[in-house]
Amino acid sequence: MARREGNSKDSAARGQGGVELAGGEAPSELLRELVAHLRQNRTQLREEWVVRITEARLLTAMTKDEIFAEATSVYDSYVEALETETFEALQAYARNLSERIIPRGVETHEVVGIVLLLRDVLARSLFAKYQTDFKKLNRILDAYEPAANRIANTVAVGFVQERERVIRQQQEAIRELSTPVLQVRERLLILPIIGVIDPQRARQLTEQLLRGIRTNRAKVVVIDITGVAAMDVTVANHLVQTVEASRLLGATVIVTGLSPEIAQTLVTIGVDLGKMNTVGDLQGGIEQAERLLGYKVVTLAEPR
Amino acid sequence: MIATFQAALSDADLNQLRSGLVRQVVKFRSRAVIVDVTAMDVMDSFASRTLREIAHMIRLRGAETVIVGIQPEVAFAMVQLGLTLEGVATALDLEEGLAYLTQKFKNIN
Repeated sequence: MARREGNSKDSAARGQGGVELAGGEAPSELLRELVAHLRQNRTQLREEWVVRITEARLLTAMTKDEIFAEATSVYDSYVEALETETFEALQAYARNLSERIIPRGVETHEVVGIVLLLRDVLARSLFAKYQTDFKKLNRILDAYEPAANRIANTVAVGFVQERERVIRQQQEAIRELSTPVLQVRERLLILPIIGVIDPQRARQLTEQLLRGIRTNRAKVVVIDITGVAAMDVTVANHLVQTVEASRLLGATVIVTGLSPEIAQTLVTIGVDLGKMNTVGDLQGGIEQAERLLGYKVVTLAEPR
Repeated sequence: MIATFQAALSDADLNQLRSGLVRQVVKFRSRAVIVDVTAMDVMDSFASRTLREIAHMIRLRGAETVIVGIQPEVAFAMVQLGLTLEGVATALDLEEGLAYLTQKFKNIN
């Protein structure tokens, strides 16, 4: 490792001048020689790479055959990118690959890991090939390393971008599913909340609720948070503010289904319990709301 | 008897309103005042405090106060500033405020 680092430092110190002074080959010529070498040893290098991937326990979500197939196409795109020095095709391939493997749970470190492994495998084969001619090895590495780094960069960025796109899409979907404000009786709304509440969703929730109170002329609102496992202090504060804002619009809020964790949070932030109207479950909440509104539910006949 | 007002108000207006309202409650032998703030799309801390003072003063003068017509956005902004109008009755709009008072007086009588 130390020796390898020394090497690259050496080549960096020699810089471009070194390449020019060498006189023999231009960088593009070196790259061509490199590509020819990689093409020649395609089968062997590719197999070595796959072995290294398996050894490092990367891409465990994929079968062996799949890894081999992907490795082949990545290898070819890699060599092509080295040859043409254009990265658009590789970028498109990286995006396409990410699209296929993200749903299967492949992580960022795995994708970056395999690209870096390929870089190592190829660098090693170059060491083996030019071990007799040290100057040439240096020049080859001068040409190879920037291109290889750029390839690794392109693939990683492509993967992360794709992942972010997927995450954005999912956030969008969650937001759309978000929170219905439902009228169950004249002047009685319920607001069932399920899942995680982030500050943005909390804000949207409040807006919807306050607007719902006005359009439905609600007197009582039952907010059911049975489906919310925990909330942080910010969101809990927001919930309390929502309750108070609803009161300013003339509606009473009953919060139902508080989990022990949320109760803990509310106690920690020191909620004025006189302002919060809470009932254990949704049924109890609706019953209390009906009492507040003066409804009485009567069974008319035996159920059939 | 019920007195209502609605407008976007400056601080001076608010002060004048406060003294006027509180004086007239007794003059007209009002049992309740409804303060309609539908037209107020901004409610700063001064306005909010004045509203609360009006409510408390009117109670001391022997009448009820209901504040009606707070806009949803205004309500949330107020709460975020910690202006929750504690101890003051609120209702959605004029009609609701009237219904609230009718109910309340029915209970008393």
